[in-house]
Amino acid sequence: MTYLRPKFRHPELPRNARGYTRQYYEGALSTLCAGCGHDSISGAIIQACFEMAIEPHRLAKLSGIGCSSKTPTYFLGNSHGFNSVHGRMPSVATGANLANRDLIYLGVSGDGDTASIGMGQFVHALRRNLNITYIVMNNGCYGLTKGQDSATADEGSVNKAGIANPFQGIDLAGLAIELGATFVARSFSGDREQLIPMIKAAMAHEGFAFIDVLSPCVTFNNNPGSTKSYDFVRQHIEATAAVDYIPEKSEITTEYEEGTSKVIRLHDDSLVQLHKLALGWDPSDRGLAFARLHESRARGEILTGIIYLEPQTRDLHNMLNTVAQPLNTLREEDLCPGIAALEQINEENR
Amino acid sequence: MKPTNINDPEYFHKVVDCQYACPAHTPVPEYIRLIAAERYTEAYMVNWESNVFPGVLGRTCDRPCEPACRRGRVEEKPVAICRLKRVAADNKGEVRHLMPQVPFPSNGKKIALIGGGPASLTVARDLAPLGYEIHLYDDQRKGGGMMRSQIPAFRLPESVLDEEVNYILDLGIHTHFNRYVQSMGEVLAQDYDAIFVGTGAPRGGDLPKLPGRQEGAANIHIGIEWLASVAFEHTSKIGKKVIVLGGGNTAMDCCRTSMRLGGESVTVVVRSPFSDMKASPWEIEDAQREGIVIRNCMPPKEFVVEGGRLKGILFEHVEAVYDENGRRSLVPTGEPDEFIEADDVLVAIGQENAFPWIERDLGIEFGKWEMPVVDPVTFQSTNPRVFFGGDAAFGPKNVITAVAHGHQAAISIDQYCHKKDLHERPAPAVNLFHQKMGIHEWMYDSYVVEDPRYKVPHADNTVALKDRRFEVELGFAPETGFMEAQRCLNCDVQTVFTESLCIECDACVDICPTSCITFTHNGEENDLRTRLNAPANLLSQDLYVSHQLPTHRVMIKDENVCLHCGLCAERCPTAAWDMKKYLYQVTKTCKVWDAAGSVLETV
Repeated sequence: MTYLRPKFRHPELPRNARGYTRQYYEGALSTLCAGCGHDSISGAIIQACFEMAIEPHRLAKLSGIGCSSKTPTYFLGNSHGFNSVHGRMPSVATGANLANRDLIYLGVSGDGDTASIGMGQFVHALRRNLNITYIVMNNGCYGLTKGQDSATADEGSVNKAGIANPFQGIDLAGLAIELGATFVARSFSGDREQLIPMIKAAMAHEGFAFIDVLSPCVTFNNNPGSTKSYDFVRQHIEATAAVDYIPEKSEITTEYEEGTSKVIRLHDDSLVQLHKLALGWDPSDRGLAFARLHESRARGEILTGIIYLEPQTRDLHNMLNTVAQPLNTLREEDLCPGIAALEQINEENR
Repeated sequence: MKPTNINDPEYFHKVVDCQYACPAHTPVPEYIRLIAAERYTEAYMVNWESNVFPGVLGRTCDRPCEPACRRGRVEEKPVAICRLKRVAADNKGEVRHLMPQVPFPSNGKKIALIGGGPASLTVARDLAPLGYEIHLYDDQRKGGGMMRSQIPAFRLPESVLDEEVNYILDLGIHTHFNRYVQSMGEVLAQDYDAIFVGTGAPRGGDLPKLPGRQEGAANIHIGIEWLASVAFEHTSKIGKKVIVLGGGNTAMDCCRTSMRLGGESVTVVVRSPFSDMKASPWEIEDAQREGIVIRNCMPPKEFVVEGGRLKGILFEHVEAVYDENGRRSLVPTGEPDEFIEADDVLVAIGQENAFPWIERDLGIEFGKWEMPVVDPVTFQSTNPRVFFGGDAAFGPKNVITAVAHGHQAAISIDQYCHKKDLHERPAPAVNLFHQKMGIHEWMYDSYVVEDPRYKVPHADNTVALKDRRFEVELGFAPETGFMEAQRCLNCDVQTVFTESLCIECDACVDICPTSCITFTHNGEENDLRTRLNAPANLLSQDLYVSHQLPTHRVMIKDENVCLHCGLCAERCPTAAWDMKKYLYQVTKTCKVWDAAGSVLETV
């Protein structure tokens, strides 16, 4: 009987720029159902953080409640973490980010945690352009409570009990674009080639980076008739472009034919290279992105890839004009500089 | 790459590295699991069926399995396979009733076995139950061949050897001991249907041209001859200062035996560097533990004899120089020659085959180095009635190789006697057993322990060196044996992939501790090996490639460091991965023990 993972690893595991192997980014053994899409997303996060050579202590993972929100236990075991109240991860993340702007924030949520109970929090974090990578592991059902339809279940999608969903599904990516998000992407847990560079680009993006990841629930929503099953998603997926993430100070090594690729420079000078671009696609055009999402939805297709990206933005700290130093490191003498400083300020305002 | 054909019995056989490396292909993980289950008797029988001398080999085997052990690739040391075999032999219950029972109805055929060593005895065991009348000739007074004459009793107690030799002789073998066969022509003239030659490599190397060899002859002994004369109690003493020339296992046995017969200052001198020594590392270690000094890069120049008596040897100092082809030459360093005193010298510089008793006009063709021309598959010589095996066939190897030869020669002899084509070899017997019992439960103990290799306890030198018969290795106690058995990775429990069930959820990729599994687009092997989740640089380890999946990718598993922990199969939501126990058995002339029977009961 095994609930334990052997500690032996491949003796020749590659090391990243910090000298760590992938093992250093792993977490505890997952207790989710075997074959859960969420585990695959965890794997992609581990790989992305390994490849970006993030120092684990420089990253904080935050989550709410649900199968998706359990996953931070299963990756980045050496990083900071906060498992918050149902749907309240965005406010905890906002507080954490304001207190220490030096960390990389990774929010992990589900369709229930974001589109149902947490919708109010989600939209406000978004419109404030909080500097966070916000991943929704979207399976269209409440897996932890035995698979009821969630708010992102598509209209007409058949659940495991054989009943078609009568309600319209919320398109979180469309909503994010509408509300002014600066990085909006959609992917599929079963497409790591796309997901890994996408997570890397999202983490490099300064501002709210939203990734809606379709993540089949093998136990409750992988049946025929479901629009979030492995088979359905694979058959209906349509990519805007393939994504490459090129870290700062590296060079683009792959050239693509004119008009089939586009390079976007992020604020930290790293690059996002999109290739195999769909005809007439421009991810920096918000209106076009919105229209494309609608069109593909009308065709019954699932549009994936980086859908909208506005690289040069002002995040919450910029908007609030906070000091560059993390607030949690300010000492009492910084915050209360004393009577002399007060006198000086008063003097300046007389 | 083409999809892997897992129906080829050799594919999964190769994954069981230890079994694949074993010349006799003993199902190692199977008997190790039986040991862990305290089913020592069955563990012994699984061995006995395959390698005939579990007690002997559990002490003296050259262990080709251990360097191959997968455990040695994920951590420092392999499983102590050899010494676990001894645990089975030491703790077994009654086994005779499990072996073929005499008398066997005669099949009217008569076989002569020349030489009573492991190869001949294996042929005897495999043919006797079929009703062959078997006559075994040996010039010693007991059976066992080099296992008796060359392996000292402190490594292999006579009682252990006698027991296992007798299991075979008691199958109704007609023994002709103390009989040196002087003429193959005479044997051929008798009414034997076939003759098997298992006479070993009886001639020890010498240094006839080294100055002083003649004059000092009284105190210069040939290693294997000297060991035999100790074993048969013609020699019981040696001088206080002993030099052993040579760096093989015989040299190690010579020096350690000298320590027990009165040697006080025993020095092994090797002409080549340590790294080129032929002795097994553990034999070198054991010798050094007993206070034996080993010197290297010193070829002997002269036996120094004064007043008709050996005084010692003069050695030259050399260093090994390798040319661009890797060929070695020993070049003098220019240091002054060194004289080492000695009362006796043992020369253990290799062994040779010798067949002075085989006339050259009997249709038995001899080739290079006066070696018989022997078919490497059938072991038949150019005289169809005569077969060779063991060291006699292809030069000095080891016991387990001799046993493997014996099995194959027995098949050939049986086919020859029944006028069948010798090149139509029987296929191996293979079984794949489901192991699943529940979501997280397997019929085998899939948990991978992290314990480093356990050490076999040794008797203290003060006791061990007093008596040449005192067994110096004490063997694993059952408890330690269990812990060591748990280190086995169960490489025979195979990861079997069914692509039609796979939904490509990546669960197996994520859970695999050693990053063995990759889903990617197919390509040539060289290219694929660079595109996997972890480096696949060990080319001797196969890639398991599936048929194409719905996403046009293939599943590729690098077998190299798979821990056989079963997590891929536990994580697989559709049972596309399954763990199946693979039992591969070399087919023998007759079934003396059905390992598959014990496997079915193993839980």
